[in-house]
Amino acid sequence: MSRTVTTQRKMITTAAAWTIGLVIFFPIYWTILTSFKTEAQAINDPPLFFAFDWTLENYALVQERSDYMKFLWNSVIIAGGSTILGILVAIPAAWSMAFVPSRRTKDILLWMLSTKMLPAVGVLYPISLIFVEFNLLDTRGGLVVVLMLINLPIIVWMLYTYFKEIPGEILEAARMDGATLKEEILYVLTPMAIPGIASTILLNFILAWNEAFWTLNLTAANAAPLTAFIASYSSPEGLFFAKLSAASTMAITPILILGWFSQKQLVRGLTFGAVK
Amino acid sequence: MGQIQLKQVTKSFGDVQVIPPLDLTIQDGEFTVFVGPSGCGKSTLLRLIAGLEDITTGHIEIDGQDATDVVPAKRGLAMVFQSYALYPHMSVRKNIAFPLRMAKLDQAEITKRVERAASVLNLTDYLDRRPGQLSGGQRQRVAIGRAIVRDPAAFLFDEPLSNLDAALRVGMRLEISELHKRLETTMVYVTHDQVEAMTMADKIVVLQAGVIEQVGTPLELYHTPQNTFVAGFIGSPKMNLMTGEEAAKHNAHTIGVRPEHIDVVESGGQWQGTVGVAEHLGSDTFFHIHNTGLAETMTVRAIGDVNLKHGDTIHMTPRVSEIHRFGADGLRIE
Repeated sequence: MSRTVTTQRKMITTAAAWTIGLVIFFPIYWTILTSFKTEAQAINDPPLFFAFDWTLENYALVQERSDYMKFLWNSVIIAGGSTILGILVAIPAAWSMAFVPSRRTKDILLWMLSTKMLPAVGVLYPISLIFVEFNLLDTRGGLVVVLMLINLPIIVWMLYTYFKEIPGEILEAARMDGATLKEEILYVLTPMAIPGIASTILLNFILAWNEAFWTLNLTAANAAPLTAFIASYSSPEGLFFAKLSAASTMAITPILILGWFSQKQLVRGLTFGAVK
Repeated sequence: MGQIQLKQVTKSFGDVQVIPPLDLTIQDGEFTVFVGPSGCGKSTLLRLIAGLEDITTGHIEIDGQDATDVVPAKRGLAMVFQSYALYPHMSVRKNIAFPLRMAKLDQAEITKRVERAASVLNLTDYLDRRPGQLSGGQRQRVAIGRAIVRDPAAFLFDEPLSNLDAALRVGMRLEISELHKRLETTMVYVTHDQVEAMTMADKIVVLQAGVIEQVGTPLELYHTPQNTFVAGFIGSPKMNLMTGEEAAKHNAHTIGVRPEHIDVVESGGQWQGTVGVAEHLGSDTFFHIHNTGLAETMTVRAIGDVNLKHGDTIHMTPRVSEIHRFGADGLRIE
């Protein structure tokens, strides 16, 4: 029996989908819109949707007051560095869990994930002390390591699920063909898992880019990334919604563009192995 | 050179011992087939030789050198897997070249050897394709190509033909046998199909529950099975095994007669029964016979097309010289 879809029903679902989409998108839309208003218009009651004087002065002011490029560069290094480091650590880890599991492998995986349930503030103090001790406060290197550790469970989990899809016999064949462990991972496992590794990298990059707790608490001026850039506009001196919005727009633009161009890859990676 | 010796080898997974102490010598240049029902440990034994599984106790020697703790890559053996295990992201050329690349051969030598292997296996036209674009038989040939390029001490085959359809299987069987004749390299071949074992092997190792039941040439196993297990396993269709009164007449606990060693006669045969299913193959006819009072079902081969239908009474006479006798312990009585 085929399902009959009436026009009316189609219209209702379409309308519902659009509504949900708009509700989700609205905060981003409102932020971008506000960034083009003056400070006075930004807090106008009732809110102004279209009838206001479009202005770029917030962007000019923000750029004047703080060096956007420096924050952007810090974000790129911290997010990129922690992702690359995380991948380098996670590939061997996921390899051993997927292909030479022990009786404890499942427990270790669960334990790793459980560390994500720990409130970050719970380890703020010890980590701060370690940072002070090793002169890591406000350094990009320190943040790369911390963000790598924060996201490592997710990277390992994702890679583990992708690696599970790869038949162990192919790796055994590589071993029989004379490949060392390094060559086996480099020439056989990694190329076969490229879609999965790519989406892991993308997701982790986005997570690290948006991470605000550690980047705000462990940086001051030198290593501050875009999260700190935004936060600096929610200042105690008063409300600067328009400038805050301009800063936010500037901070999220790179990751939005990256996400837009890689959405196909992301979806493919996240559904990897669902259809053979 | 490729002599493989297993000395008191055992294998346990956790508390379960799948291979009790086992000794076996595979001579250089020999085509040895491990055969047995599924779960008998034949694949495990092959993986122990390959080094893909660690042995629990005992020693493995390859060409007189202790290889027990040598990693698979350094044992000088090549393996062909049931699933072919080709590298899906590489072209056929790169698949075949992979072991040579790992051995750090120079590019000119690699090209030469790959081309040669490809021409031997009729793969020259497919060298630039990916494994996904090949048929099952072609994939199997690529897997064999990958094994032969580096002149291994021995080839290990793990049920390589079980994913192919029946017609291809017969063809590949011949190709592998031809290859063995040409290369004269030691081959160890695992299968559950006793027809493959009989047709290809120089030496068959029959395994059951990790224990070697008998080692011998195909015809030795056929003519003198050492116990009832081998008797029932080797030969197609299976040997008819009978216990009780009929066996006692021959001073044995169990007797066995192969279907081809029982003659169908018009009347007055030594045994009789009711025809069940008759399988007409043209050259032969196999009758499955009930109500003989000897065994639940007996199988008899008649040459040519014998006109007996379902429910007819059939008269048979076994060839006395071809009756195998076994004791209560299942072992052969000469």
